[in-house]
Amino acid sequence: MPAVKETVETVRQIDVDQYKYGFVTDIESELAPKGLNEDIVRYISAKKNEPAWLLEWRLEAFRRWLTMQEPTWARVHYPQIDFQDLHYYAAPKKTPGPKSLDEVDPELLRTYEKLGIPLREREILAGVEPQNRVAVDAVFDSVSVVTTFKEELAKAGVIFCAISEAVHTHPELVKQYLGTVVPTTDNFYATLNSAVFSDGSFVYIPPGVKCPMELSTYFRINEQKTGQFERTLIIADKGSYVSYLEGCTAPKRDEAQLHAAVVELIALDDAEIKYSTVQNWYPGDKDGKGGIYNFVTKRGDCRGARSKISWTQVETGSAITWKYPSCILRGEGSSGEFYSIAISNGMQQVDSGTKMIHLGKNTTSKILAKGIAAGRSDNTYRGQVTAHRKATGARNFTNCDSLLIGQQCGAHTIPYIESKNASAVFEHEATTSKIAEDQLFYCMQRGLDEEEAVALIVNGFVKEVLQQLPMEFAVEAQKLIAVSLEGSVG
Amino acid sequence: MANPVVMMRTPAETALIERFAAEKASLPGASQARAEAFARFEAKGLPSKRIESYHYTDVRNLMRTVAPVANDAVAGETMTLDGFPRLGFTNGRWQGGDAPAGVTVVPLADAYRDGLAPGLGMGEATDIVVDLNTAFARDGVAIRVAAGAEARLHLAFSEKTSAPASILPRVIVEIGEGASLMLVATHQGPAGIAYQVNEVVELRLGKQAKVEHVRLNLSGDKAMVLSSVAATLGDEAELQTTQIALGGEVCRHQVFVTYQGENAKAAIRGATMLRGHQHHDTTLVVDHAVPHGESRELFRTVVDGSAHGVFQGKIIVRPHAQKTDGQMASNALLLSDDAGMSNKPELEIFADDVVCAHGATCGSLDENQLFYLQARGLPRKVAEALLVEAFVGEVLETVSDDGLRETLAGLVSEWMRARAVS
Repeated sequence: MPAVKETVETVRQIDVDQYKYGFVTDIESELAPKGLNEDIVRYISAKKNEPAWLLEWRLEAFRRWLTMQEPTWARVHYPQIDFQDLHYYAAPKKTPGPKSLDEVDPELLRTYEKLGIPLREREILAGVEPQNRVAVDAVFDSVSVVTTFKEELAKAGVIFCAISEAVHTHPELVKQYLGTVVPTTDNFYATLNSAVFSDGSFVYIPPGVKCPMELSTYFRINEQKTGQFERTLIIADKGSYVSYLEGCTAPKRDEAQLHAAVVELIALDDAEIKYSTVQNWYPGDKDGKGGIYNFVTKRGDCRGARSKISWTQVETGSAITWKYPSCILRGEGSSGEFYSIAISNGMQQVDSGTKMIHLGKNTTSKILAKGIAAGRSDNTYRGQVTAHRKATGARNFTNCDSLLIGQQCGAHTIPYIESKNASAVFEHEATTSKIAEDQLFYCMQRGLDEEEAVALIVNGFVKEVLQQLPMEFAVEAQKLIAVSLEGSVG
Repeated sequence: MANPVVMMRTPAETALIERFAAEKASLPGASQARAEAFARFEAKGLPSKRIESYHYTDVRNLMRTVAPVANDAVAGETMTLDGFPRLGFTNGRWQGGDAPAGVTVVPLADAYRDGLAPGLGMGEATDIVVDLNTAFARDGVAIRVAAGAEARLHLAFSEKTSAPASILPRVIVEIGEGASLMLVATHQGPAGIAYQVNEVVELRLGKQAKVEHVRLNLSGDKAMVLSSVAATLGDEAELQTTQIALGGEVCRHQVFVTYQGENAKAAIRGATMLRGHQHHDTTLVVDHAVPHGESRELFRTVVDGSAHGVFQGKIIVRPHAQKTDGQMASNALLLSDDAGMSNKPELEIFADDVVCAHGATCGSLDENQLFYLQARGLPRKVAEALLVEAFVGEVLETVSDDGLRETLAGLVSEWMRARAVS
């Protein structure tokens, strides 16, 4: 089989060092001393000028964290993390907090320009159709440097700002919702995040409002030996709608860096939240040196009746991914969706999936997960679907497919399907295969070369998920897929 | 950082450790395998829900005490099957019986003394429940089917005890090249007695050997039954193993299949009927260690009352096991509001040229189908019975022997009738 042989050959030579966003911004930073103790927690809290209740909340989480053990159940292997050898706070010196664009360090603006993130509202307005406008909250290491379109959003009543800012401007909302979806006691990394979280986005959509533009947060890790611990909180009040995008990159460094975020979504009656992620953290080099450890807790709570939360993720980066965006389907008739493409190459390890927890009556959920493993990577789908006793009429459909490119990678599927209600109907199907010879033959017979044929088939394999992404992201995601499989596909 | 959690020994674990020390010298043969298996148990303790493969069946918590070893008992009435030579077992002890032509049967203790080693059927898998059987088993038989022979055999296990007792039989079957064996094992026991069974059947299939294994679980309603089938497949071997489970209070049926030869096939099936407070766990580990293997898994679980069904199936495809074809399905029917089912079908794949799939469903009876039958004059209970019988029928119909298949179908109908009058 020459076709397979050639693919295997090219996969062997694959070079994951094609990461485009691996540059370092030379900017003077203010760092917290290395290590983690109560003083560091107080230091971070003081930097943010936080109210006493939040400091107390952090300290409680920190004390809890001290008693917890790092989880080991995921199918990932990495050297033990020395939590005392990290900086838990890093901020560009000249930008004390998110203010107007003119006050932002030009070096920072150049960084975001290089990353292709539009921060200048004027530039965006000049070239792009109004419906394609995106408001951006840019988070650099531990601080949010700028949030665009704030005024225009405020006209619609939408609050979109850094969470450190929201603590001061909307304390009642933060206090009411923070930690109600992912409690401080949830898991090792979520608890750590609760203690040391630095910045992140806060979104509140008032009742009946359809957010006038896409909201997005762009996370960038720059400083060495730092961990990024952002916290995002999105509340969609009754009958509202918001589409939120998240992107992330980091410089190439030889040592691994930790990223432990928490995202909480709350949808009240008839509200809908669409959360899309294109995760492109530095994946490490081809021998597995460096890269981001992405240990993230993302959870949405469909608190109101007929509410809906939809997660879409394209995972191409990170040395290790440990991430399970979940939906708690509490409200009657609420629904959750999870669309995922996880691509691993080189030495990457992915253990990702979702949880759909059916608590309310007539709740529905849909899971569509596509895993592509190449190089020497391991790609695991781990998902849980549960129906509790009161979840009468719950319905789930799960489909997870894996595609293997090369002989040294692994694809694994570990679903947990637990039903405690007779009227709940759960269906799960999973397949693993390689690109079919007859499909390749068909494409090549029509004049495509092998690389193009593989690319075409892979794009067809993930198409259902790509369709769920907002326009701008879909284009970016498609490019990313091509880059991350470069060498094995076109 | 906190210290790692140190598990305290449970009374059952302590009792097992003391029992091994006391009995070690008198256990027949295989002393090295026993010592190694026991050491693994001693290091890890009874499997708790913190162990991934025991997540839904916390043996550590369920096995509070260890029952004393069962006494010798007189052979009583056991099930007979037409056309099957029968070997009777009481409390795990072989009571004699005639082996058919081409088959030799030796008591386990004698076979161990002659150098037969336990555990080869496990391949690379290890399991604490199997280890406990390896460490403590005194009773059982070793069966050898000569190359090219064709045989049928019924192992009739009947437990006779009026008090809680532990019963640990081991059956090791070696099937020679080109031989074919239909092996039926039936398990019955007294109602109302909390006896504990830990039974292991090893099936070692030689080149081109064929085995059809059917296990019927009619254990007593308070029994804790841990049963394991550990099979290794030689070149072009074909294995079918089917469990029909109706009895027991807490049951865990494990099947380990390791492909050692190329072009081997295995079909693993099960039909489980649960009611009351029964808990039944079926756990499979299918290890495709060599290329060109084929596996088919089909499991049907019917859950009534406040019973709980578990299915965990893992298909492993090792790096060089190209051209593997694995298909696994687990379907569950919940008949009552309090019934529960947990499905965990797993794929663990390291080779790229394979076709593997699994499907799992869970739901109640289809109202449209019920309506169709009721519209034709069937009372609801009868309509339900018809649908349930058809549901598990897909597993039963794979049993090749007509008489046995009818016996099994009769048991399912009886189960549904008992449900209709309750």
